[in-house]
Amino acid sequence: MILVFCELKDGKIRKASLEALSEARKLSGEAPVAALFVGASCAGSSDAAAFGADAIIKVEGPALGAYSSDLFAAVIADAVKAKGATALLGAATPLGKDVLPRVAAKLDAGYAAEVTSLALVGGKLQAIRPVYAGKAFATVDFTSGIQVASTRPNVFSATECPKAGAVETLPVPAVDFKAIVKEILAKGGGKQDLTEADVIVAGGRGLKEGANFKLLEDLADAIGGVVGASRAAVDAGWGIPHSMQVGQTGKVVSPTLYIACGISGAIQHVAGMSGSKVIVAINKDPEAPIFKLANYGIVGDLFEVLPELTKAAKALSLAK
Amino acid sequence: MKILVALKQVPDTETKIKVAAGGTSLDPADVKWITSPYDEYALEEGLRLKEAKGAEVTTVSVGEEKAKDVLRNSLALGADNAVLLKSTETGDPLAVAKILAAYAEGKGFDLVLFGNKGFGSDNGAVGAMVAELLGISQANLVTKLEVSESTFRAEREGDGGTEVVEGTLPAVITAQRGLNEPRYASLKGIMAAKKKTIEEVDGAAVTAAMAVSALTLPPARPEGRKLDGDAATQAQTLLGLLRDEAKVL
Ligand SMILES: Cc1cc2nc3c(=O)[nH]c(=O)nc-3n(C[C@H](O)[C@H](O)[C@H](O)COP(=O)(O)OP(=O)(O)OC[C@H]3O[C@@H](n4cnc5c(N)ncnc54)[C@H](O)[C@@H]3O)c2cc1C
Repeated sequence: MILVFCELKDGKIRKASLEALSEARKLSGEAPVAALFVGASCAGSSDAAAFGADAIIKVEGPALGAYSSDLFAAVIADAVKAKGATALLGAATPLGKDVLPRVAAKLDAGYAAEVTSLALVGGKLQAIRPVYAGKAFATVDFTSGIQVASTRPNVFSATECPKAGAVETLPVPAVDFKAIVKEILAKGGGKQDLTEADVIVAGGRGLKEGANFKLLEDLADAIGGVVGASRAAVDAGWGIPHSMQVGQTGKVVSPTLYIACGISGAIQHVAGMSGSKVIVAINKDPEAPIFKLANYGIVGDLFEVLPELTKAAKALSLAK
Repeated sequence: MKILVALKQVPDTETKIKVAAGGTSLDPADVKWITSPYDEYALEEGLRLKEAKGAEVTTVSVGEEKAKDVLRNSLALGADNAVLLKSTETGDPLAVAKILAAYAEGKGFDLVLFGNKGFGSDNGAVGAMVAELLGISQANLVTKLEVSESTFRAEREGDGGTEVVEGTLPAVITAQRGLNEPRYASLKGIMAAKKKTIEEVDGAAVTAAMAVSALTLPPARPEGRKLDGDAATQAQTLLGLLRDEAKVL
């Protein structure tokens, strides 16, 4: 069976987790799929049934209120063993990427990160994943008894496929954890993480100064997106945090829509966003390399185009 | 304090990827090899701890003969010792983690530092795997690190914010950009490094848990379309296309 480690956010299953769950359902055919939830409360987990979970496994307790990598890894590995699962999937979220490799090592299992395609070949997972920051794709064949993979957000579709979702609970193991998240600073204002965003409006050096990022925020708000940046914008001292950087030394993103404004399209930037489904480039230089990638290009001054776009988008009420 | 810094030799970020005959690996012709950029932050952090608190910094790389360049460079920057764990590339992060853990086991390292991911393989897994194999704590994607006698406090890039992770030493820390500003090697350092020896050990024999069966290039993106007219017209056309043709809004 395939076990899917699912995350809850504000009492709802994260979209990226539903994508992993749906993919597990698709791969499994008639074989069982179980969704695993770990936390102080697993309220909201019952929705996993609609997305193909035959079983919903909860590991709940006050000790799981804050994230401890070693405790969570023990919980997840125990669940894999308890259910006799041969494959473990989870979304490549900040938490998933932190804990899943640790779980894999615990289970002596191979681990493939940020996979964009999965198949079962001879009963074992085969994964396709971007390497060299998306400049190439590797097909990896697992040989280990248990196989672990994290799925890249926004790549797999979350499709309803109602199953029983029989609820089970497993005990919290008595592990003396060694590290734990003590506090969370500078919460991103409830904004979505770039790696999970569906729509990204990104700005580069062409924005000229940090205050002009307001133009990007306005457009992002109007179309339901989040704002990203090139390294040049982050390094310019405009107060743009590195967490907003897209590219080889920033975030690798895979939204359905990426709007690059005043970004030239350097190879290291492209590495982080070439997996976007639809790319729009707004640049005053018709020769800018970003146009080679863009599905739609606007050669023009972003200071004129952006306000027009925001105005038109508001008129259409496009924010989801 | 004893610090181990794991370094990986990777293709320069400017590299145009070509697939080698056989179709499973990168064609190494014309590739310029560098230290994986995130690893530079890890090494820098180790060196700063050495300067601030006194520590012995050992660098280690799992790889082939050519990876000695990366180790030599680390000696030029100020590492005390450098070790090459000879092994061929498997494309399996667990195999690399096992080789590193087998080396580190029992040597009394208080900190094992990594870049948060190796350029190219992009797994971001080896650090956490080594932490598990050694049974010690971990903090990944760290942008600020404080260590005391037996504990650490790390700020990491978490879910939509900065998380503060506290734990006990020994620990694995993986570095994110922002942790520090890596130094350049001085001429004196480079000269001194030439005289130092790089220890060479055969990496532990491990069975790979996975193998790369194909390396392919992404399909070229179709020729895009440039939109005509003034800013207002371009904006209208674009939104129409995004909504009705691309169906992404
Ligand atoms: C090891 C390494 C790692 C790197 N990692 C990253 C990374 O992760 N992410 C990243 O982004 N970069 C990265 N870079 C940097 C990268 O090489 C480029 O320098 C950077 O992406 C350039 O950012 P930019 O496109 O904003 O700026 P520029 O290249 O300066 O482009 C600015 C663009 O804005 C346009 N413009 C200016 N004014 C206007 C206007 N009024 N209206 C419309 N268009 C306008 C210009 O025509 C130009 O095309 C890395 C570099 C190295 C060496």
